[in-house]
Amino acid sequence: MSAATFINIQNLSVGYTSQSGEIIRVLRNVSLSINRGESIGLVGESGSGKSTLALAALGFFKRGLRALEGDVEFDGIDMLALERDDLQAIRGGRLALIPQNSGQSLTPTLRIGLQVAEALRLHSQLNESDFEARVVELLTQVRLPEPATLLSRFPHELSGGQQQRVAVAMALAGEPDALLLDEPTTGLDVTTQAHILELLRDLASERNMAMLYVSHDLGAISRVCDRVAVMYAGEIVLKGSTKQVLLSPRHPYAHGLLSSIPRLTQTSLPLALDGRPPMPSETITGCAFADRCALADERCRSTPPTLKQLESGEKVRCFHPDRIDQLPVVNKTVTQKGNVSADHGGDALGLNQLAISYAKPSLWNQLFSNASMPPATVDNINILIRTGETLGLVGESGSGKSTILKAIAGLISPKTGHLVLNGEGRLTPKVENRSALHLRQIQMIFQNPDDSLNPRHNIAQILAQPLRLYFSLTGEELRQRSIELLERVRLGSHYLDRRPSQLSGGEKQRVAVARAFAAEPAIVLCDEVTSALDVSVQAAVLDLLNELKAQRGTTYIFVSHDLAVVKAISNRVAVLYQGRLCEIGPVEAVYSKPFHPYTDVLLGAVLEPDPNFMPKLSADDVVELSPPKTGCPFQRRCPRKLGKICDTDVPPGRIFDNGHQINCHIPETDL
Amino acid sequence: MSTAALTKNPAKRQRYVAVLLDMMNRPSGAIGLSLVLFHLCLAIISPVIVPYDFKLQDASLMLSQPSNAHWLGADHLGRDIFSRTMLGGREALLVTGIATPLAVLWGGFVGILFGLTGGRLDEILMRIVDAFLSLPWILKMLVLIVTFGTGLEVLIPTLAFFYGIPVIRIARAATHDVIARDFVWAAKARGHSRISIIWRELLPNVLDTLMVEGAMRWSWMLLAFSSLSFLGFGVSPPTPDWGLMISDARGYMSFAPWGVIGPVVALSSLIIGINLTADALAKALGIDRAQKAPM
Ligand SMILES: Nc1ncnc2c1ncn2[C@@H]1O[C@H](COP(=O)(O)OP(=O)(O)OP(=O)(O)O)[C@@H](O)[C@H]1O
Ligand code: SF4
Ligand code: SF4
Ligand SMILES: [Mg+2]
Repeated sequence: MSAATFINIQNLSVGYTSQSGEIIRVLRNVSLSINRGESIGLVGESGSGKSTLALAALGFFKRGLRALEGDVEFDGIDMLALERDDLQAIRGGRLALIPQNSGQSLTPTLRIGLQVAEALRLHSQLNESDFEARVVELLTQVRLPEPATLLSRFPHELSGGQQQRVAVAMALAGEPDALLLDEPTTGLDVTTQAHILELLRDLASERNMAMLYVSHDLGAISRVCDRVAVMYAGEIVLKGSTKQVLLSPRHPYAHGLLSSIPRLTQTSLPLALDGRPPMPSETITGCAFADRCALADERCRSTPPTLKQLESGEKVRCFHPDRIDQLPVVNKTVTQKGNVSADHGGDALGLNQLAISYAKPSLWNQLFSNASMPPATVDNINILIRTGETLGLVGESGSGKSTILKAIAGLISPKTGHLVLNGEGRLTPKVENRSALHLRQIQMIFQNPDDSLNPRHNIAQILAQPLRLYFSLTGEELRQRSIELLERVRLGSHYLDRRPSQLSGGEKQRVAVARAFAAEPAIVLCDEVTSALDVSVQAAVLDLLNELKAQRGTTYIFVSHDLAVVKAISNRVAVLYQGRLCEIGPVEAVYSKPFHPYTDVLLGAVLEPDPNFMPKLSADDVVELSPPKTGCPFQRRCPRKLGKICDTDVPPGRIFDNGHQINCHIPETDL
Repeated sequence: MSTAALTKNPAKRQRYVAVLLDMMNRPSGAIGLSLVLFHLCLAIISPVIVPYDFKLQDASLMLSQPSNAHWLGADHLGRDIFSRTMLGGREALLVTGIATPLAVLWGGFVGILFGLTGGRLDEILMRIVDAFLSLPWILKMLVLIVTFGTGLEVLIPTLAFFYGIPVIRIARAATHDVIARDFVWAAKARGHSRISIIWRELLPNVLDTLMVEGAMRWSWMLLAFSSLSFLGFGVSPPTPDWGLMISDARGYMSFAPWGVIGPVVALSSLIIGINLTADALAKALGIDRAQKAPM
């Protein structure tokens, strides 16, 4: 190995002994080396062993796991041979880990300054008296505004992106030579994510650090990494430069992964990667990917391929890297999501002057003062949704997307305004008072199937709930119908007596979809239904939703923070900021000029899995806690703000073709 | 209901069997369950198998050392300690065996009710619970016992009452957690009735937590009971009881230290057994106690 190799993992296998005494391998014979000043991306589906590998670099194994064979070296130190205390000194000091959601795991009751100082106490030689200056320095380094005043704030007083920056600052306290990052930006808004990634990139090069960046998000990887390793079922299947891996992947799995990502440049649905990876406990005779690979032949099923170097420099674990171009690149079934305007089936749902507020005036204020209430969380929403159309709702966290869906589902009552179902009459606001027919017609699918399926019920019980409630099905009839539903979401009857915990993420979400469709609804509300899923699984769920819609003419309201996903599935898109509508119109119109300034900012921050692609960051990633009282909702962050008028007057609706509307003071011709 | 065949009992029974098997497969569960089972069996059969009468006083044996005839020696009244140790857990197990389920039941019921009501009332009631919990337990218990006297008919309700109060907190917190989850929202949005949501969605999830809580309460209650006996408020002599035996032997620690060995080992093995069982139960039920992060 060259002298510069800093983190060196050789032939590492990690596993556990199962209850039956078998040794189960979670990582199989993995080698990875990282030099100083280099950043390596590690990608793969959930369960592929990414986090296990990253933790192994720290000499740490999750409970139950242990290193079976192989070496882990950090700057020449054998991490597997070290005693606990010596390891402790290295971890968090010279070798720092930033785990997923680390921003959220700050201690809520401790001030920011104290928490960062605590990291200094543990991992630096500084005197207590120098702490404060150093903390400010660290906070400045992660580009937090007004670091001196931040010291005395509590974590909940910071935005998600700011919390994540504090976590990065704490990791920098020990002046690390290497950073391990496990999904550091997952769950953050697009604009915030883009800013954090820029920060990490700059820090790595300023400090000449080695970085291992674990993520399922290839867009993020393409921004920060020089090289990428793709993992599948505990093995590295492809290793190469970021350009090579992302632009011309030479392994069928990497190829499939990349084609399953929806892109802003496409309008059709991405290509789903069917099937699922083998569990660590399954015996694999040949290539682990053979079951899902379109190129698989006899040899692939019987002999495991080894990692071989190609002429172009990548290392590939595949017998047929030369046949990659035989794989399909775009979705074979060109999605029929259009045609809504053609066979206009009437109005499915109207949102009229909808305003929703969480704030309740206290009794005191109601009686004695006329102090004005904080502005409503969601205000002035007018949208008419046509039957059979998919309306996408996009916006950053806190923009009121879920709030609007909850109001439609009757879980919160609007402050003013009303809903009109089927163009007929008003829909009762409260779910308790709705008629059985109305209840059945509107169904909702939630973001995280782990949370929306009761862990104590089996799939039969889960599907039985709507079937009994709405159709009073029992006995054999109930069973038949449940099986039918499962088949419709491409699962079989043998799932009936399993529990959610025995299903993969994608399967769980299919059950949630089946449960919603059990009601034979007219309108399905989808709240971030693919955000908790792997990209390959996401593509399959999107495909399924689209297919069900084609069969039954269902109307969807599809909420997501992912602009590419919304683009792939929607007919029309509404962009929300702080609970106010910024722009609405057909997909093609919203995703191209003329733009609302906010849409422009959002689209600019989208990270494409393409190293040649640069996001353009035009607005700060500040998070606003409540909408402004008057004027344009975007006034505080708008890069094109005109002036006073934006602060005082609600922007007028600029109307373009096909019902495309932009709410902004900038005249039509300049947008 | 004809649908029962599809959904009800088999699945449930299967689950509890699976949980039990899972527990026995874990070292903690295997050891814990054996210890608990051992003590339960002993409590049942000890009156038949003890070598000596527990009341039999033999002045010549007073504070004698362990010997072949008296394995653990004899106490200050010349009674066989081994026999008394074998019998000494019966009262404790009887009292706590009744009081623990009672405590979990009433505490769980009230906690779930608070959790569901929410709002002002819930907050006020929780303040009262907190205030109550902040008083030292022994003080509260002694006040009641001094007022109502000792004896099982007082001890059981007293222990059940006091140990039910912390259960309120747990049950309330678990209820809050569950009702905030999306599957409850999903059931609400479908338009299920309140009762059906509580019964189908809430209870099964809260019950797991309560079961683990019950096991933990049991071991604490045993300690409490033994402490009361130690102080002279629990079992009245000559009935053998570990707490009482430790209290008696304590006075002669300097020259007859073997007197405490029997009851101490017996009491601690039972408590360790219960704790290990509770731990295995929590793991088997998948109630995770957050895994420690690497740093
Ligand atoms: N139960 C609640 N009580 C008070 N405020 C709330 C409540 N739920 C949401 N909010 C606030 O309402 C605003 C809109 O929240 P909402 O959940 O609708 O956003 P969202 O667009 O779905 O965001 P995300 O992408 O994070 O899911 C936010 O400012 C949020 O803090
Ligand atoms: S070895 Fe065969 S099955 Fe495996 S990825 Fe290559 S072509 Fe597909
Ligand atoms: S109205 Fe003004 S502040 Fe709002 S988006 Fe347009 S230019 Fe920006
Ligand atoms: Mg949301």
